[in-house]
Amino acid sequence: MASPAALNDVALRRTSTRQSVDELILASRVLDDGLLQTQLSVPTAHCGGCMGKIERALAQLDGVVSARVNLSTRRATVTWKRTATIPPLLETLSEVGFEANLLSNLEGQPDRERRRLIVAMAVSGFAAMNIMLLSVSVWSGADPGTRHLFHAISALLALPTVAYSGRIFFQSAWSALRAGRTNMDVPISIGILLALGLSIFDTLHSGPHAYFDAVVTLIFFLLIGRTLDYLMRDKARSAVLGLAKMMPAGAKVIAEDGSRTFVALDSVAVGDAIVVAPGERVPLDGVVLAGEGDVDTAVVTGEAMPTPVMAGSKLLSGMLNLDGSLEVRVTSTSAQSFLAEMVVMMEAAEQGRAHYRRLADRVAAYYSPIIHTLALAAFAGWFLSTGDWHRSLTIAISVLIITCPCALGLAIPMVQVVAAKRLFERGIALKDGSALERLAEIDIVVFDKTGTLTIGDLRVTEADIDQRYRDIASAMASRSDHPVARAIAASSEGRAGGTLDSFSELPGKGLEACRAGHVFRIGRPDWALGGANADVGSLHTVFSVDGERAGHFRFSDIEKTSARDAVRQLSELGLDVELLSGDHPEAVSTVAASIGIAKFRAGLLPQQKVQRLEALAGKQCKTLMVGDGLNDGPALSAAHVSMAPSNAADIGRAAADIVFFGQDLAAIPQALRISRAAGRLVRQNLVFSVGYNLVVLPMALAGYVSPLLAAVAMSLSSITVVANALRIPSQTGPRPNTVRRERALVPAGSAA
Amino acid sequence: MTALLWLVPIALAMGLVGLGAFLWSMRSGQYDDLDGAAERIFIDAGADRPMASVEDDATEPKPSR
Repeated sequence: MASPAALNDVALRRTSTRQSVDELILASRVLDDGLLQTQLSVPTAHCGGCMGKIERALAQLDGVVSARVNLSTRRATVTWKRTATIPPLLETLSEVGFEANLLSNLEGQPDRERRRLIVAMAVSGFAAMNIMLLSVSVWSGADPGTRHLFHAISALLALPTVAYSGRIFFQSAWSALRAGRTNMDVPISIGILLALGLSIFDTLHSGPHAYFDAVVTLIFFLLIGRTLDYLMRDKARSAVLGLAKMMPAGAKVIAEDGSRTFVALDSVAVGDAIVVAPGERVPLDGVVLAGEGDVDTAVVTGEAMPTPVMAGSKLLSGMLNLDGSLEVRVTSTSAQSFLAEMVVMMEAAEQGRAHYRRLADRVAAYYSPIIHTLALAAFAGWFLSTGDWHRSLTIAISVLIITCPCALGLAIPMVQVVAAKRLFERGIALKDGSALERLAEIDIVVFDKTGTLTIGDLRVTEADIDQRYRDIASAMASRSDHPVARAIAASSEGRAGGTLDSFSELPGKGLEACRAGHVFRIGRPDWALGGANADVGSLHTVFSVDGERAGHFRFSDIEKTSARDAVRQLSELGLDVELLSGDHPEAVSTVAASIGIAKFRAGLLPQQKVQRLEALAGKQCKTLMVGDGLNDGPALSAAHVSMAPSNAADIGRAAADIVFFGQDLAAIPQALRISRAAGRLVRQNLVFSVGYNLVVLPMALAGYVSPLLAAVAMSLSSITVVANALRIPSQTGPRPNTVRRERALVPAGSAA
Repeated sequence: MTALLWLVPIALAMGLVGLGAFLWSMRSGQYDDLDGAAERIFIDAGADRPMASVEDDATEPKPSR
């Protein structure tokens, strides 16, 4: 028998979902004059050569008007004319060696938020440089007339800039205040507005000092951090969106006259009959009307063994039809299907997590009352001792400016941007900066079994078969694509397959072949033994010769080669590991024992998984949930933080905070190490920036802070914080299986 | 002092031109695919054709906006 490691390489779980012509049209955007525009994700395109190859291959197809590859997002935009024939885009790409998948037209929308941030940053950068230019000449001793003129010009530049670029902070601060909370933007906005107000007052009264440069530079620095943060998350998001869709976008409905039309899921009504071809996923819940076969329920229930279905069997959306062609009567609309039920549960679970507050906002909650009180105290103290209200106000505001959390506003996002970049280089997409903070806090890792710890493919664990028939069995198995047959074929690799006189595959029953007058069958016991079921017991698959039993096979799921090592590394990091599965207890306990997980629960329904996570949360445990199936969706939302592999069900990927590409579970300890390193750097940065403020604060309180000092202090602290953030290591911890990493899918949008 | 009256506006105008150029280049999609632009120089499709041929305009995709 081949070793599990060798099998692992052959049998990486395949995505057998097909994308039909109808889906292509559904996913396209209609342009003027009969043209359609389709976005394809091509995750393996990584160089100029690929780009040229893809563009040439697509452009030479009939009907294609233009094809352009975007190498940064790893997407191809194809514009084509709708004629009788539809250009075979995906097939052509797979012929030239690129796996591609469709992006729905909703995902191709231009990104307004990104443009808003970049334009705001550009405007504030322009203003900051010009005002700084004028300020330098004021600081180097301009005469009062020139100084006044320069202050006036600065005011004219600063006012529109603060209004335009600063609104990003004002809006965020305002919405936080309205909700009765504070965030980092509240002290920033107050500082900006007061400094601007005082500077304008002084400019109008020909005062010697103005803080326009400080105000605008502050906005510019903060916007740099914010834009980088947004771009990073946007990249991760687009990489995740570019993954192959698991669920079909529509269903083939059989009309009364027998014709079949492809209809979008929303328009399929209860009672409609639909066809599910072999290799397709069941789009909606239903009951089988006709046909029989095996379905793979791994993503729905977590069960690794295929389940036989026949007329009358109930199907849930998301199950994969393996061999038979099934006619299904739809029993629920897409709004009430199993999938929709999972989405509702996920939303409910999400509520519980919404109270997590980001570190920056928690810091701001302590920080802003203190500095505002200090500024007020400075004003009161100076006013009482000198009676000069303008002087007192100037000092109070200079306290606010010098302590304005510029570095503090950069301290956390910069670390998260750098950490996210490091993670992305390893094929781990971080969808949210706060996920990194939460990941560093966890103390228990909860795994799903099928598809997460295991590949979701079967392996022969017991083959009791007469030596004479081994060749025939492997020859039969190698002709079928059923998971059970693939497992048998893989177990007898290297064996010369014998010739067969005839071969047929009967959906839901098994394989049948003839040679030299004998009939051989591999399949369900009752069928293979022709009804004469002499104590077959719990046997799953039987080999028979002319109806006589000649052997049997047993199967189990293959665990990922990286699973045991990942679990060991997690324990070394001081974390508990637990396994929650929907599969049968014996299957779960075997896998748990082999990987080295002591605590496991089997046969869980999706809500029971959520309940278990809630119970853990009740014990003050912070959980990391790793799962891939539809049934894990609610649990992924309920956990403190969650990870999903890139081949997870669509809603699992949507619910997870972190998506890792490829099959390698080593991504989990890696992500944890980086998140902890990031946590350390964030704390250092907070100390740095608060430390700066503490050093200059006495000077501000004493009234010795000039605009020059404010500008220097602010720039220095920002540079320190950014430089410190870059210290996140690009290599953390051992990477024993570097060879396997190379095979991992390169995420769409990663740098070449 | 009088020199400032025209030097400062010139400095500001130059800054504004720079800002305008940046905004224009962003709007026309020049930052959409930085990795691709670097590689595209190696693809010599239609290298010898006149720059502004009609064909060229037709095959060039419109910038997404």
